[in-house]
Amino acid sequence: MAIRRILIANRGEIAARVIRTCKTLGIETVLAASEVDLHSLPARLADRTLCIGPARPAESYLRVDTIVQAALGVEADAIHPGYGFLSERAALARLCEEEGVTFIGPTSAQIDAVGDKLHARDEAAAAGVPIAPGGPVGTVGEAMVLGREIGAPLLLKAVGGGGGRGMKFVERVEDLPDAFALAAAEAGAAFGDARVYLERFVRHGRHVEVQILGDGKGGVVHLGERDCSVQRRYQKLIEETPAPVLSDELRSRIHAAGVRFAERLSYRGAGTVEFLVDLERDAFYFLEMNARIQVEHPVTEAVTGVDLVAEQISIAEERRLRLAAKDIRREGSAIECRINAEDPARDFHPSPGTVHAVVWPAGEGIRVDTHIVSGAHVPPFYDSLMAKIIVHGADRSSALERLRLAISQTHVEGVATNLSFHAEVLADPEFERGGVDTSYVPRFLQRRRLPQESYADG
Amino acid sequence: MTLTAKDVAEIMRLLEESSFDSLSLEMDGVKLKFQRGSAPAMPPAPDPPALAAPGAAAVASPAKPKTQIKPATEPGLAEVACPLLGIFYRAPKPGEQPFVEVGSKVGEDTVIGIVEVMKLMNSVRAGVKGEVVEILCNNGALVEYGQILLRVRLEA
Repeated sequence: MAIRRILIANRGEIAARVIRTCKTLGIETVLAASEVDLHSLPARLADRTLCIGPARPAESYLRVDTIVQAALGVEADAIHPGYGFLSERAALARLCEEEGVTFIGPTSAQIDAVGDKLHARDEAAAAGVPIAPGGPVGTVGEAMVLGREIGAPLLLKAVGGGGGRGMKFVERVEDLPDAFALAAAEAGAAFGDARVYLERFVRHGRHVEVQILGDGKGGVVHLGERDCSVQRRYQKLIEETPAPVLSDELRSRIHAAGVRFAERLSYRGAGTVEFLVDLERDAFYFLEMNARIQVEHPVTEAVTGVDLVAEQISIAEERRLRLAAKDIRREGSAIECRINAEDPARDFHPSPGTVHAVVWPAGEGIRVDTHIVSGAHVPPFYDSLMAKIIVHGADRSSALERLRLAISQTHVEGVATNLSFHAEVLADPEFERGGVDTSYVPRFLQRRRLPQESYADG
Repeated sequence: MTLTAKDVAEIMRLLEESSFDSLSLEMDGVKLKFQRGSAPAMPPAPDPPALAAPGAAAVASPAKPKTQIKPATEPGLAEVACPLLGIFYRAPKPGEQPFVEVGSKVGEDTVIGIVEVMKLMNSVRAGVKGEVVEILCNNGALVEYGQILLRVRLEA
């Protein structure tokens, strides 16, 4: 079944990104936009824009019925959900299935399977994918027994959480009773599901994830890994591929684990299997699967030359995978910086407003995915991502050099950005060595607050 | 290939029925641009036969969308904007009289149409008091949030 018209149920840079691929494929695009996004760059790029509601996401981008009605109303063959918003809501995939609209993503059953983090953990175990020691805990008593068995420190995680949400750190086993009560209550309030599970807390871990494509007919390939350890409060800021300072043996095992997990689900679409690499034990554990295109997908595209959105569309057209493992070659090194409207001087406080002037970098090996042009608005209702600057080089050091130059060429007026933070991290010897763990950013920020440390000026 | 007068009429009809505002066409060196006029989009002609929401009478949505009123360019006129995206129906059931016609008197709570969102029928109220002077949306058409449905001459 050929897709001729796609409704894009998203905004910002990813909407512009999806439209770009649709244009190259000759597919018509209809953008479902909120009132404040009617004059955005994606609205100008799309063949048609529909106003789906007011700015507040709950009244526009998060309305499943409105999105499907819009798709039916314009006779779109398919809906591309982007990331965030409704991309991992089984309800949208299910309504699409009922109404005969193609959902560009996994089946509703697959979204359910990976959305329940405990279920996903069980699937991982069944697929022979390593999971961190732990398990479900229904009572304080159970938590204490399991907690003593695993040993502190521990993490209490909400079954309905994910992406860093709904987690509680437990330093000592004695702290478990209080933490358990709080975690269950918070999980119930935030996700409507009070179930929690306990896992070993990995003190020095790296976030390494595997890009997967599956055709839903059993075919699964991986397109290598991405290291996303440069995070602040679970928000990724810099991502790169290949993961630096990782043995080829461990790298291959991580790839194979990602493929096994997706094969177990007979996964359809683009997805990412996330792992935590335990540096102290030289082991890795399954974290979760993200059943959508990810923000950081361009670094994978840079080294493989594969257009992941085009592959998503091809899979949605019920084709078998067009790429075999032997066809996927990864060349060089790619790094991405997320440019957010956040002020590092004010604890990364969001800084919405109007961008009076902007200059994005350009040149060999530089790609900028953005919806921000001079005069664009950064509304306060949505996330603060303004652009992704992606560089590709023959190796990590040349990519890094290119990225430093690209960041220095970038100029944004009107809103505060985290550009200075990126410039400092890229100049930091620890980051330059590669292989930092997920506690790097807080440590880095702490270090640069100390006046005697002056390297941060460099 | 050239365009006949009949072709042009057909294109204009298609544009009229679509919810697009303009159409640009370029072929064999001929450039044509069609645009909906600012003049009344539809003459107050008799409505097409199938003129209502499919199924039973309108079911009010649990969360009542609030009608937006926009001041029109001409003083004394108000524009009634659509409070949500969906399919617009002018009558409660097929075959029944439309809720309002040009010339109808409306009050703030007068139902002027129904917007269907995935089989859920939402009544749209005028939100102003006055007389309907223009109806800007076809029966059964996709309407967007904020799209102008009616113009109403406000009652002093």
